[in-house]
Amino acid sequence: MSEQEVKNLEEIFEARIARDEKIEPKDWMPEKYRQTHIRQMSQHAHSEIVGMLPEGNWITRAPSLRRKVALLAKVQDEAGHGLYLYSATETLGISRDELYEQLHSGKAKYSSIFNYPTLTWADMGAIGWLVDGAAIINQVPLCNTSFGPYARAMVRVCKEESFHQRQGYEIMLTLCNGTEVQKEMAQDALNRWWWPSLMMLGPTDDMSVHTEQSMKWKLKRKTNDELRQQFIDQTVPQADILGLTIPDSDLKWNEETGHYDFGEIDWDEFWQVVKGHGPCNKERLQTRVNAWENGQWVRDAALAYAEKQSERKIKKAI
Amino acid sequence: MDKKDLIQYIETIADNSLILGQRMGELTGHGPTLEVDIACTNISLDLFGQVRSYFQYAAQLSNQEISEDDLAFLRQERAYKNVLLVEQPNRDFAYVIARQFLFDHYHFLFLKHLQNSEDETLAAIAKKSIKEVSYHKRFSSDWIIRLGDGTEESKQKIQTAVDDLWQYTQELFEPNEAEKAAEEKHIGVDIVSLQAEYTQNVGKVLQEATLTQPDLKFFQRGGKKGIHTEHLGYLLSDMQYMQRTYPNMKW
Ligand SMILES: [Fe+2]
Ligand SMILES: [Fe+2]
Ligand SMILES: [Fe+2]
Repeated sequence: MSEQEVKNLEEIFEARIARDEKIEPKDWMPEKYRQTHIRQMSQHAHSEIVGMLPEGNWITRAPSLRRKVALLAKVQDEAGHGLYLYSATETLGISRDELYEQLHSGKAKYSSIFNYPTLTWADMGAIGWLVDGAAIINQVPLCNTSFGPYARAMVRVCKEESFHQRQGYEIMLTLCNGTEVQKEMAQDALNRWWWPSLMMLGPTDDMSVHTEQSMKWKLKRKTNDELRQQFIDQTVPQADILGLTIPDSDLKWNEETGHYDFGEIDWDEFWQVVKGHGPCNKERLQTRVNAWENGQWVRDAALAYAEKQSERKIKKAI
Repeated sequence: MDKKDLIQYIETIADNSLILGQRMGELTGHGPTLEVDIACTNISLDLFGQVRSYFQYAAQLSNQEISEDDLAFLRQERAYKNVLLVEQPNRDFAYVIARQFLFDHYHFLFLKHLQNSEDETLAAIAKKSIKEVSYHKRFSSDWIIRLGDGTEESKQKIQTAVDDLWQYTQELFEPNEAEKAAEEKHIGVDIVSLQAEYTQNVGKVLQEATLTQPDLKFFQRGGKKGIHTEHLGYLLSDMQYMQRTYPNMKW
C-alpha cells in the first residue's frame, strides 16, 4: 500500500469513529489502534484475573453460607470477565498464550489495587463497594468505545460490576449495623482501601500520557481527575450512611464547585506499586505463574487427547 | 421418622456437599485454565447451594433452634459425617478430578433414588440437585478420559490419584445408623444397593480412559461416624474461623 492509500484509509477510519460507528475485528485499522487496544484490553483482562486472588483469599473463611456462595459467585464473575476480555483481545490477532506470557513475564500490567492484601472479612465489603465502584466509573464510558468487541464486553461486565458493588456495600452495611468489633473492622477496611481506590482512577491529568488519542478513539471519555471527582462525590454520602469516616482530614463539601474537596494523594506510593514494589506484587504474580506452570501437564493432556480424537475421526471417515 | 434422626440423616447427606464444596472453593483462581477454574468454582457453588437447602430444612425441623450456619460452622470435628473421600486435599489436579469423579458417580445414583423419598422436601432437593450433579459427573468423567488417554505423564498422574483414592470408595456404600433408620422409613436411600451400578459406571469410564480399575482388599472408613482423616481438622479451622473468632454475630 502506498503512503497515500494508507492516509486515505486512516481518514475514512477516523471519520467512522467520529460518526460513532463501531470498528469490528475484520475491518482495516491503523496498527497503532490495534496495539493500543491490545494493550488496554489485555491489561483489563489481566486485572480481572489477578483481581480474583485477593477475594479468593476469603472463600474458605467466609463467615456464613450465604456470604460464601455470594463470594464464590463474585469471584467467578471476575473470571468470566477475564474470559470475555481475553476473547475480545484475541480478535485483534494475538493468542491467549501470548497474553499470559506478557502477564507472567511482567511485561503487561494489571490494576495496582490488587497488590494490596485482604486482611479481614470487611475487606470483602470494602473491595466490592470501593474497588468495583471505581471500576464501574472507569468502565461505564467504555460501553460506547469505538472497538465493537470491547464495547460489547463492557456492557456485560458493567452490569455485573454494579451488582458486585451493591453486594459489597451490603456487607459493609451489615458490619456497620453489627457489634462494635464489626464496625471497627469496617472502618479499618475503609481506612486501608480508600486511597488505593482513588489511585485506581489513574494519575492526575498533568501526569497522564496519551489521553488525547484515547479520547478520539473513545477509549477514554473523561479525564482521570474528572472520574476521580465523580467517584468521591458518589462515595462520600454512602460512607455517611454507613456512619464511617473517610480517612482524609481535608475532605469537605465545596458549595461553590458543588463537589467535595479532598486531600493530597500519595503518588509516590502509587508509582512504587505500579513499578512492582507494592505489598503483594510478587505474591500475586507468582500465584498466577504457579497456576499456569502447575497446569501445563493438564493442558498438554487435553491437547494430546483432542489430537488423538481427531485422528480417530479421520480414520473412521476413511 | 423422629426429627432428631432425620436431622442426623440430613447431616450425613449434606456434609459431603459441604466439605467437597469447601475443597473445590480452595481452587478458585488457581485452575490450570480459566475455563476449568470457572467450572470448578461452579461445582463448589452448586454444592454449597445444596448444603443450604438441606440445612435450611434441618433448621426448620429444629424449630429454628439451630440455623444453617450453626450446622455448617459450629459443630465439633467429630460431629461431621462426610465420607473420608471428600475431605482429601487438592494435591494436584489429578487428585481433584479423581476425587470428584469417584464422588460424582455415587452422588448421582444417590440423588436418583432420593427423588423417590417419602420425605417431600428431600425429594424436591434431590430433583433440583441431580441436574447439577449430572453436569458434575460429565465434567469429571470427561477429564478422567482426557487425562487417562492424554499424555504419558497425565496417565500416570491420574492413575496414581485413582489408586490412592480408591480406598475411600467402599465407605460410600456402608450406611451409618441414621442412614439405616432413614431407609427403613422409606425416607432414605438404600445405598448398599447402589454399589454394583456404581462399580459398573465408574469402570466404563476408566476403561475408556485406558486406566486400570484398582483392585483393593483394604479400605478406609469412618467419616460417617465422625472418625476422620487428619486433613479435616485443618479444613474446619479455615471454614469455622470467623464463626469461632466472632461468636454470635450477623454477617
Ligand atoms: Fe470484573
Ligand atoms: Fe473490571
Ligand atoms: Fe467485580
